Amino acid sequence: MAYVAPAEAEQIPAAEVEEVELYHAKSWVTKYVFSQDAKVIAIQYSTTAIAIGLVGLVLSWLMRLQLGFPEVFDFIEPSDYYQFITVHGMIMVIYLLTALFLGGFGNYLIPLMVGARDMVFPYVNMLSYWIYLGAVLLLITSFFVPGGATGAGWTLYPPQAILSGTPGSEGGIILMLVSLALFIIGFTMGGLNYVVTVLQARTRGMTLMRLPLTIWGIFTATVLALLAFPALFVGAVMMTFDKLLGTSFFMPAIVEMGEYLDYGGGSPLLFQHLFWFFGHPEVYIVALPAFGIVSDLISVHSRRHIFGYRMMVWAIVGIGALSFFVWAHHMYVSGMNPWFGFFFATTTLIIAVPTAIKVYNWTLTLWKGNIQFTLPMLFALAFIVTFVNGGITGLFLGNVVVDVPLSDTMFVVAHFHMVMGVAPILVVFGGIYHWYPLITGRMLHEGMGQFHFWVTFIGAYTIFLPLHYLGFLGVPRRYFEMGETNFIPESAQDLNAFVTVVALIVGVAQVVFFINLFWSLRNGKQAGSNPWKACSLEWRTAQVPPGHGNFDDLPVVYRWAYDYGVPGVDEDFIPQDLPPAQVSTGKGG
Amino acid sequence: MGIFQLLMEKPWLPVEGEGEEPAEQRASSMESPHVGLRVFLAVATVLFTLFLVVYVERMTFPDWRPLSEPWVLWLNTLVLIISSAGFHWASVNTERGDLEGIKTGLLAAGVASFAFLAGQLWAWQLLVDLGYYDMANPAVGFFYLLTGVHGVHLLGGLVAWFRTSAKVKAEADMAQLRMSVGLCAVYWHFLLVVWLVLFGLLLLT
Repeated sequence: MAYVAPAEAEQIPAAEVEEVELYHAKSWVTKYVFSQDAKVIAIQYSTTAIAIGLVGLVLSWLMRLQLGFPEVFDFIEPSDYYQFITVHGMIMVIYLLTALFLGGFGNYLIPLMVGARDMVFPYVNMLSYWIYLGAVLLLITSFFVPGGATGAGWTLYPPQAILSGTPGSEGGIILMLVSLALFIIGFTMGGLNYVVTVLQARTRGMTLMRLPLTIWGIFTATVLALLAFPALFVGAVMMTFDKLLGTSFFMPAIVEMGEYLDYGGGSPLLFQHLFWFFGHPEVYIVALPAFGIVSDLISVHSRRHIFGYRMMVWAIVGIGALSFFVWAHHMYVSGMNPWFGFFFATTTLIIAVPTAIKVYNWTLTLWKGNIQFTLPMLFALAFIVTFVNGGITGLFLGNVVVDVPLSDTMFVVAHFHMVMGVAPILVVFGGIYHWYPLITGRMLHEGMGQFHFWVTFIGAYTIFLPLHYLGFLGVPRRYFEMGETNFIPESAQDLNAFVTVVALIVGVAQVVFFINLFWSLRNGKQAGSNPWKACSLEWRTAQVPPGHGNFDDLPVVYRWAYDYGVPGVDEDFIPQDLPPAQVSTGKGG
Repeated sequence: MGIFQLLMEKPWLPVEGEGEEPAEQRASSMESPHVGLRVFLAVATVLFTLFLVVYVERMTFPDWRPLSEPWVLWLNTLVLIISSAGFHWASVNTERGDLEGIKTGLLAAGVASFAFLAGQLWAWQLLVDLGYYDMANPAVGFFYLLTGVHGVHLLGGLVAWFRTSAKVKAEADMAQLRMSVGLCAVYWHFLLVVWLVLFGLLLLT
C-alpha cells in the first residue's frame, strides 16, 4: 500500500504545550556539578552506577576465585566471602541496574524522546542524584567500619542479618539499611520527575500511544519502583529499629551464644514478605526499560516498524501490574500453605504470557526486516536469546514442585543471572552503542565493539550454562567451600574452576569497552545528526550532542516512532516530526 | 478519553478528521506540581498502608500487649485539624486575592503544625512516664514508629510551609501563591487523613 499523506490539520493537535521557563546555569559548578540539566544528571548517574558496578564486578571475581580454587587464596576468609556475596548482589540489582536504567537512560532519554526541554522538576532531579551518590558512598563506607560490610546475603533476612554470628552485624548492616533508605528517597525524587514529565511535558502531537517503547518501559518501571520501593523502605526502617532500639518487629525470641536475647516474638517471615513485595517487581523495574530499549533497537536496526506496538504497550503495563502478585514464589521453602504456593505458582506462570507476547513481537519485527548487524542490534539479539533462556528456567522455578529441590542451588544463581544480570546488561551495552553518538557526537569503534560483544556474549553463556548443571547436581549456593560430599562428583570442582577462569577473562574484556568509550571521544568517526536514521525525536535536536533545552523550537509530532520502510516513501524512515506535506513520495521528488 | 479508549489507539494509522487537540495529549489538565504532589501522595499512601498491614499482621502474635494511648493525642488531633483548616483558609483566600487572609491562614497552620509536633513529643514523654518503654512489646515499638514516620512527613511539609510563607512575605505573584498554598493545603489534608487512620487504629487496638 503506497503512502498517502493525510492533511496536516488532521494530524496536528491544535493546542500547543506551553513553553517552560528553563533553568540556566550561571557557573561551571552549577553547569557540570550541581547541574539541573537532565542530560548532565544522566551522565552523573551513569558514571556513578558504572563505577559502583565495577566494584560489584571485582567482588564477583573474588567470590569466583574462592569457588574455583578453594584454599588457595588465603586472604579470602569465610566472612569476607559472605560480605562479597551480599554487597555484589545489592550493588548489581539496585545501585547499578536500577540507577543506570532509570537515572541514566531515563534522565537522558525521557525529555528528548517526549519532546520536552528538560524534566519538570529539575531541582528535585538534581537532589535525586546527590542523594543517590550519598547512598553509594555509605555502602562503600560500610567496608571500612569495624566488622566490615554486612554479610547477610542481599536479601538481608532477619534474624541472622543482625545477629553477631553474621559478618558486619555491627555497623555494616546499619550502613546498608540507611544506604538503602537514602537510595529510595533519592529514587522517589527522580521517579516523580520521570512520571510527571511523561504525563505532562510531552510535546504537541505526542500522544501516549505515539511514545517510543523505551519511554513506555522506563515510565512503567518507574511507576513500579515508586510503588514497590516503599516495601523495602518499611522493612529497612523496621529492621533498623530492631537492631538499634531493640524492638521485635521481625526478631523472634532467640538464643545467641547460649544467651537469651531481649527480643520478643517477632516474625522474620514478615520481613520476607516485605522484601519480596519489593524484590519481585524489582526484576521488572530492571527488565521493563530493557524491553523498551530492545524494542527500539530492533526496530531501528532492522528498518522495520515494531510489530504489534499496541500489544507491546499492553504487555509492558500487564507485566508491571502482574509483578505485584507473584512475590511469594521466592518463599516456597519458607513453609507456606500449599494453596498459597499454588496461587503464586499460577500467577507466576500467567506472567509468562505477556512476556512471551513481547518475544514473539520482537521476532516478528525482525521477520522480513532489513536487518543491519550493527553493534546495538547484536546486543539486542543477544538479549532476546538470553532473556528467553533465563525466562524458561524461571518457568522451572515458578513451579513449587520443581523449585523445592532446586532452591538454594547454583541453578537459581544461574537463572537469575541470565534473566536479570546478563540480559539487562546486554541491553545496557546495546543502548550505549546506540546512543553514544547522540551523547558525544562520535561513533564507537566497530572493531573494539565486535570484540567486546563476542567475548561478553559467548563468555556469559560459558559462565552460566555450567552453573545450571552444577545446580542440577545439587551444588548449593552461598557456600564458602564445599568440602567433601558424597553426592557431588569431584569433576564439579573442575567445572567451578573453569567457570572462574572464564569469568576473569570476560571481566577483563570489559576493559576494551572502556578503552573504546574514552578513545572514541576524541578519535571516533563523526556521527552526524542521525547516524542510525531513526524516527524518534532524540535524533531531531538542533545540534548533536543536544544543547541545553534540547530543541530550538519544540517539535510537533505527526506520527508514531516506527515509520520505517513505508511503501511509496523515498526515504526508508519518516521522522516523528516531519510534516506530512514534506514526506517525499516520488523518487527525487 | 478513558485509559482503555486511549490504549485502543492505533498509532500506525493516520488520524482521521481530527482537528482538535486530543484529550490524551495531556493526561491531566492539572498543573505539573499538582500532578507531582499527587504521585508523591500515592507513594506515601503505599508506605503508610504497608506499615498498617505489618501492624495488623504483627498484632496477631502472642507477645502483643496493647497499650493505653495518652490523652494528649486527642488534643493533638484537634490541633492538626486546625492546621489543616488554616491551610484551607489560606487557599480560599488565594482565590479571593486577599493577602491578609492568606497570611492569617498560613500563620494559624504553621503554629498549629509546630504545636502538633510538640504535642506528639509530649505524648512520647507521657508514654515513657507510664512505663511504656519496653521495646520488646511490638505495640510500643509501633506507637513510636508510626507517630515518628507521620511526624517526619509533617516536618518535611513545614519546609514547604516556610518557603510559602517567604513568598507571601515577599508579596509574590498571586498565581504563584495560589500554587504554593494549594499544594500545602492538599498535603496537610492528606496528613490529617493519615493521622486519623493511624489514631483510629491505635485506639482500636
